Amino acid sequence: MSLLRKIANWFDDRTGFSETILPVMRHPVPPGAKWAYVFGSATLFCFVLQVVTGVGLSLLYQPSSDSAFQSLQFITSQAAFGKVLRGIHFFGASGMIILVGIHMIRVYITASYKYPREMSWISGVFLLFLTIAMGFTGQLLRWDSNGVWSSVVAAQNLGRVPLIGTALARLLLGGDTIGAQSLSRFFSFHVFLFPALIFLFVGFHLYLVIRNGISEPPKAGRLVDPKTYRKWYDDMLKREGVPFWPNAAWRDALFSSLVILAIVGFAILIGPPPLTQPPDPSIINTSPEPDWYMLPIFALFALLPPATESYLIFFGPIVGVLALLVLPFISNRGERSPIRRPWAVFGVVCVVVAVGSLLYIGNRAPWSPQFETKPLAQSVRFRDPKLERGASLFYKKGCQYCHRIDGHGGITGPELSRIGRTWNPDQLKVQIVNGSDEMPAYGGMLTKAELNDLVTFLSSRK
Amino acid sequence: MNQEKTKTEPENDSRREFMMNMSLGLGGLAAIAVSIPVAGALLAPLLEDKPEVWRAVGSAENFPIGSTQLVKFENADPKAWAGTTAHTAAWLRRESTDKFIAFSANCTHLGCPVRWEAEAKLFMCPCHGGVYYHDGSVAAGPPPIALRQYAVRVADGQVQIGTAPIPITNFSDGQKT
Repeated sequence: MSLLRKIANWFDDRTGFSETILPVMRHPVPPGAKWAYVFGSATLFCFVLQVVTGVGLSLLYQPSSDSAFQSLQFITSQAAFGKVLRGIHFFGASGMIILVGIHMIRVYITASYKYPREMSWISGVFLLFLTIAMGFTGQLLRWDSNGVWSSVVAAQNLGRVPLIGTALARLLLGGDTIGAQSLSRFFSFHVFLFPALIFLFVGFHLYLVIRNGISEPPKAGRLVDPKTYRKWYDDMLKREGVPFWPNAAWRDALFSSLVILAIVGFAILIGPPPLTQPPDPSIINTSPEPDWYMLPIFALFALLPPATESYLIFFGPIVGVLALLVLPFISNRGERSPIRRPWAVFGVVCVVVAVGSLLYIGNRAPWSPQFETKPLAQSVRFRDPKLERGASLFYKKGCQYCHRIDGHGGITGPELSRIGRTWNPDQLKVQIVNGSDEMPAYGGMLTKAELNDLVTFLSSRK
Repeated sequence: MNQEKTKTEPENDSRREFMMNMSLGLGGLAAIAVSIPVAGALLAPLLEDKPEVWRAVGSAENFPIGSTQLVKFENADPKAWAGTTAHTAAWLRRESTDKFIAFSANCTHLGCPVRWEAEAKLFMCPCHGGVYYHDGSVAAGPPPIALRQYAVRVADGQVQIGTAPIPITNFSDGQKT
């Protein structure tokens, strides 16, 4: 017996590894569990990646309101591999959010949350929200002007909670205003509290996999009956189960490795999100924009009718969380196959399309005025001085921030390149003077001559 | 031996029960003792008392009548490690010789920083397109209520702004009654 084997045997005898851990690793799983089952483990690997790269970043990061931004600049431009490290942490977060979504959709479509796996679903719902909370707090830790203003936006969202809204907002910001305590809190949440909870829930989630077994791939017509399911499942495993390690685990390992390599690739090729301005709340020429995974929510708040906004900001998340939590109780037995559950599939398609559309429109942000648009009169030559005056007023009075003419200007309001074809001068005048819900009434802000110039200019757009 | 055991059991049981309850009670006490300071750290922002402080933002003659300018000042309670995050900005307008108005730079929709467009005489928010008239009332877009204002006073020729919390829009704000 070689020395190495002796050491290994001694270690195994004293730790009991092969007696306790090995049977768990080799627990039988249903044979058909193939590629559809890799997303949960890939999420877990992404989480491990986040922990590892997070530790790396914490070696370089200053968790202080005063100096966090400078340390971010240092990490990005000076520290050895700092930029790639930030990139991996960012794309790792993105990957974790995408994978947690795919994993959840897979579980829902194959109804794996039904008896006896209700607690797997419920702990998964907590993990979903913890993942989102990690994404959001992580974005704040960049602590540039985006981070500062995003935390103000989050505080305003909490402020809409009835009665205790203002108190919750203060608790989030660590005081009445952004200040020294704000970043310490986000750091504590992102680095200690939320990860600890994720470890806890992940441990529970995995324990439940061992306790109840992974759900077998569904078959149309094979119903879940709580009275007979456990016995049927155990018999099935005894008959045809295969050991998780290595028969099923290799797919998890392969897929997760590819995911992590892809994340590293993105980190090298694209890099981390650029830093915006310093975290000085008195720098107000900034357009706060969340990372892509928060954009759908950002877009929703822009699109909601203002009258319903408070209700949706407050009741929306409550109803959403409750609906997710009660799902395994209201749909606990019966059919699991997606072929026999068309409404479930339709619902998933609706949610995916809705979130995708919100993401698309959030990225385009048509509701945001474009302050950086260049005056039309600069790039277009006008022979008639009246038209030129009108064009420069169109920029100066802010019209161009929201209206587009010949490719210049924002897209908040209707494009006006050809407005003269369909609107006569009187209609234009009425609209400009009175405005609407979406447009300021300019009546008090324009002289008669200015109004005439503007109307003449717009009427000429044919 | 069985008989002997049953004889002594009641006594042992009550003793075990007492020890059990005591350890649970002491454990609970220890947990509470530890939780209080931790909860205190968490809830500190609600417990701290921050009085309004007057901050000078410049002498009155720097502000021509009718002008609206961005002024920067320090929060009520800047900590040493707050750095630039202790700053706040407000839009200060001189209405007349002795009348000043200071608008909060926070949009009432979701708190993004509004900018003053002097030519258009409008406050505009970059986030969701909220627009306010020169008096702070809502002109367009999603904001539920008018821009908030800071207290302003002139003392010894200096314009001073009263520090205030970031205005938080509440559930019922802007709901038509």
